[in-house]
Amino acid sequence: MNVAVLASRATPPATGTTGEGRRTLQLVLRYGVLIGVGLLMLYPLLWMVGAAFKPNREIFDSIGFWPQSPTLEGFVEGWRTGTEHTFGTYLLNTFEIIVPKVIVTVISSVVVAFGFARFRVPGRRVLFALLIATVLLPKSVLLIPQYLMFRELGWLDTFLPLYVPAAFATEGFFVFMIVQFMRSVPLEMEEAAVIDGCNSLQVLLYVVVPVIMPAIISVALFQFMWSMNDFLQPLIYLSSVEKYPVSLALKLAIDVTEATSWNQVLAMSTIAVLPSIVLFYAAQKYFVEGITVGSVKG
Amino acid sequence: MYANRAAGTAYVLPFIFGLAAFTLFPFVASLLLSFSDYQLQDPVSTASFVGVENYGAMFADRTFQKSLGVTFLYVFVTVPLKLAFALFIAWVLNFRLRGIGFFRTAYYLPSILGGSVAIAVVWRYVFAGDGLLNQAFEVFGAAPANWLGEPGYAMFSIVLLRLWQFGSAMVIFLAGLQAIPEDLYEAARLDGASPWRMFTSVTLPLLTPIIFFNFIMQVVQAFQEFNGPYIITGGGPLKSTYLLPLMIYEETFKYFNVGYASALSWFLFVIVALFTAVAFWSSRYWVFYAQERGEGK
Repeated sequence: MNVAVLASRATPPATGTTGEGRRTLQLVLRYGVLIGVGLLMLYPLLWMVGAAFKPNREIFDSIGFWPQSPTLEGFVEGWRTGTEHTFGTYLLNTFEIIVPKVIVTVISSVVVAFGFARFRVPGRRVLFALLIATVLLPKSVLLIPQYLMFRELGWLDTFLPLYVPAAFATEGFFVFMIVQFMRSVPLEMEEAAVIDGCNSLQVLLYVVVPVIMPAIISVALFQFMWSMNDFLQPLIYLSSVEKYPVSLALKLAIDVTEATSWNQVLAMSTIAVLPSIVLFYAAQKYFVEGITVGSVKG
Repeated sequence: MYANRAAGTAYVLPFIFGLAAFTLFPFVASLLLSFSDYQLQDPVSTASFVGVENYGAMFADRTFQKSLGVTFLYVFVTVPLKLAFALFIAWVLNFRLRGIGFFRTAYYLPSILGGSVAIAVVWRYVFAGDGLLNQAFEVFGAAPANWLGEPGYAMFSIVLLRLWQFGSAMVIFLAGLQAIPEDLYEAARLDGASPWRMFTSVTLPLLTPIIFFNFIMQVVQAFQEFNGPYIITGGGPLKSTYLLPLMIYEETFKYFNVGYASALSWFLFVIVALFTAVAFWSSRYWVFYAQERGEGK
């Protein structure tokens, strides 16, 4: 930093070639940092994908990510898994959890956010404060009683504990996100719809939902990713292997195949992150908007 | 805006029910359980009141002391480093460079994937004895290390995993930086401010709301770290990565000490609550809002 200060003092009104030279140097430095950090960041991912296509021995022989003798062995063997089910079963389980979870999350978050953003609900400020508080509440304090509740309901070893709570807007972050978005939307269209005789549900469905679609997509995407990554919840609620989602299956794989078939485990890890990577690249704008709407525009 | 309070309440009703059933009730129940002696495999009706016994046992428990220590170490190392790095990269990205979109995506990707078991698995292999890192060390002629087998290094591998996910904080910082009006920099430049001075006198103050937001989110998240230690190190070696959430999990589902685990989880809650309370309280002294917003628009 001191160098920069000195440099700026030493070159009064930056003119001509010195200014140009400094700008070029700055650009080179910035790109240098960006590319260097970027490579370091992406290398573990590249290595994972590369290693998935390597024969197992090669993984330990070179640090390069490009397979010298590419093979699908890791995928074929890995897909079979060490269990009596294929990896396909675990992928299917994952989607059986995620699809209902994303749907009920979106519906409940939109409905509740509409109530908060557009109505004078009695006790609204207290409720909204509680909503924010749930975002900050460490979930481990709820873990044990929730487990006992679902045990009493006979829901253990089913997918129900994994998505039923989401139907009641328990992810406060999403409600908050949509409320923020709704507040930034002009009210004229909704008022016009009311004058035309729409009731509030019609306003929500036909006027509000189309307008806040970007926020809805963000919520769906984030919930998809988070549920895909979710590990602790399935870990405590699911006990039979045939109901495992991908996250538990992978953990099982490293415990079973420790020190032997890394290429299999890495091949399945690659498959596990593939849906997330594809979604992320297809819809990155929603991820950026979704994560910034709560903080910057707040 | 709509006058119909009954309709409004109807919309919020799912949340009220969810709040009561899945948050408030478990929250209170876990406090009650923390004053009880209760084994997970028994019916809930067998829980017996033991007063503050669990809390007494907790403070005398060497494992708890160790766990608390490494939890603080983890949070205090991870959060500041992550925020500083995220801010630095956001600052580098913010100079209308070509390809900013590409870099933003590349840096953000690990945050999106980072929580997944797949990445924790990759991490475990990178830091394993014959893993990528040691192979790279060999290539460069450095001595390999037992990354996951030595107490000092094991924590490092988990901290690094979470630092690797600085992307979401960075994206938020970047949006904050881009919201700073250009004419403020222009005015500072005309007054002869150095780049460093502009950073400390224009950028940082205007960014304090974002720093505050990121800080809170990261602290709350860091105190809940579970996947990293569970999958990569199993809490070891010598409990050097035995973070509190992992201890709570094991006390509950491995040793079945529900009462004790509840005391631990309430203790963790109080710590996080204290941190957020202090952050909110102190924010009035260091968080700068350009225009005071009206209460409850």
